[in-house]
Amino acid sequence: MNPTVPALQATFGDAIGRVGGARDGLSVAVVAAGRLRDVMRWLKDTPEQRYNYLVDLTAVEYRDRERPLEVVYQLRALERKLDLRVKVELDPQGELAVDSVTPLWAGANWLEREVYDMFGVVFAGHPDLRRILMWETYAEGYPLRKDFPLRGRFSRSEQVRQALNTSPEANYSLEELSIAEAFDELPPDMRERLRRGERARIAESE
Amino acid sequence: MKHVLETKEVSGSPNFHLTRLEKLIDWAVNQSRANSLWPMPFGTACCAIEFMATAASRYDLARFGMERQAFSPRQADVLICAGRLPFKLAPVIRRIYDQMPQPKWVISMGACASTGGIFDNYAMVQGIDTIVPVDVYVPGCPPRPEGLLYGILLLHKKIKGESLFDAVRRRDEQPLDEHGLRLPPAEIDEISEPFGNSVHQFRSA
Repeated sequence: MNPTVPALQATFGDAIGRVGGARDGLSVAVVAAGRLRDVMRWLKDTPEQRYNYLVDLTAVEYRDRERPLEVVYQLRALERKLDLRVKVELDPQGELAVDSVTPLWAGANWLEREVYDMFGVVFAGHPDLRRILMWETYAEGYPLRKDFPLRGRFSRSEQVRQALNTSPEANYSLEELSIAEAFDELPPDMRERLRRGERARIAESE
Repeated sequence: MKHVLETKEVSGSPNFHLTRLEKLIDWAVNQSRANSLWPMPFGTACCAIEFMATAASRYDLARFGMERQAFSPRQADVLICAGRLPFKLAPVIRRIYDQMPQPKWVISMGACASTGGIFDNYAMVQGIDTIVPVDVYVPGCPPRPEGLLYGILLLHKKIKGESLFDAVRRRDEQPLDEHGLRLPPAEIDEISEPFGNSVHQFRSA
């Protein structure tokens, strides 16, 4: 058992739920969603802990409808060569919201966007919570949720129609485009689209 | 030249041939077009690796007049979609196709580009023929270089059978309709029906 786990329990008491070892030998601690930011800050900034590397951030929804949806944080203390897995359990039927850890680990930015894109978990305090894999006007829902049909919710022709009506340039904000410095030299229609932040133009179907 | 043109020997003289001007022009134009196709490789997955093998020295695409890979659609004749096409890339390939000058042809390389392949899911276009018109489908997962070369030779054959003067067979731009689709929605749904093993899966979870 990772020595951090008893330390967590001693410091945060009730905020730490189930603890234990995973099958791969890692220690797991389940944290109450409301205290996540405090726990993570403590894990990162306390001199004895120093979990300075967020290896991965992802989510799991189980086939068993009774089980909660888990947001999983994989932490590593590089100097101490210690790993810890922190989980937050959310009710899949309820509101999926948890605090963002992007202010602590900047690398969480895109990982949280991916979890938002695939599972619909809203990360409060995230600087730029947008879809990252699917295009931004994607309207079918969150593909990795268990209630999402494998082939999507819309018919194939509707999916093709919506995809073709997306503007490829509009998938990126101006700050992300490496051509941001060349903004003034872009064609006027593209400049206008980027300035308006227009993501797509979808004609009404009949 | 003899096997292409209808020649007629007049009074036993071998010195001249008679033919129709249209046939001569078609023959000249189509030979030039077929034998100097400039491919625009649109490689998205493992088929692109096989495409590179086809273009490299052992199989040597240059033997068929495809020496120059046009990485700009403005100087390309044939779009080769090598690999699966997600919906997010659908407007991109459509724009590339629209940017290519006429005449233009499309080769759909591999199972995924042709039918969606094993990716019968929410993210993948079920056959690029729902987005752009396709001339040659090359099966395989991925096709071997011989397969792609055979597809290219079939395209040559198709080009040589085209006519500049046949208004019906002339290649149209095939623009998107008012819905932004190339085909009627019912046809797209039919093309995208589950295929092979995936018919055993259910549409709704």
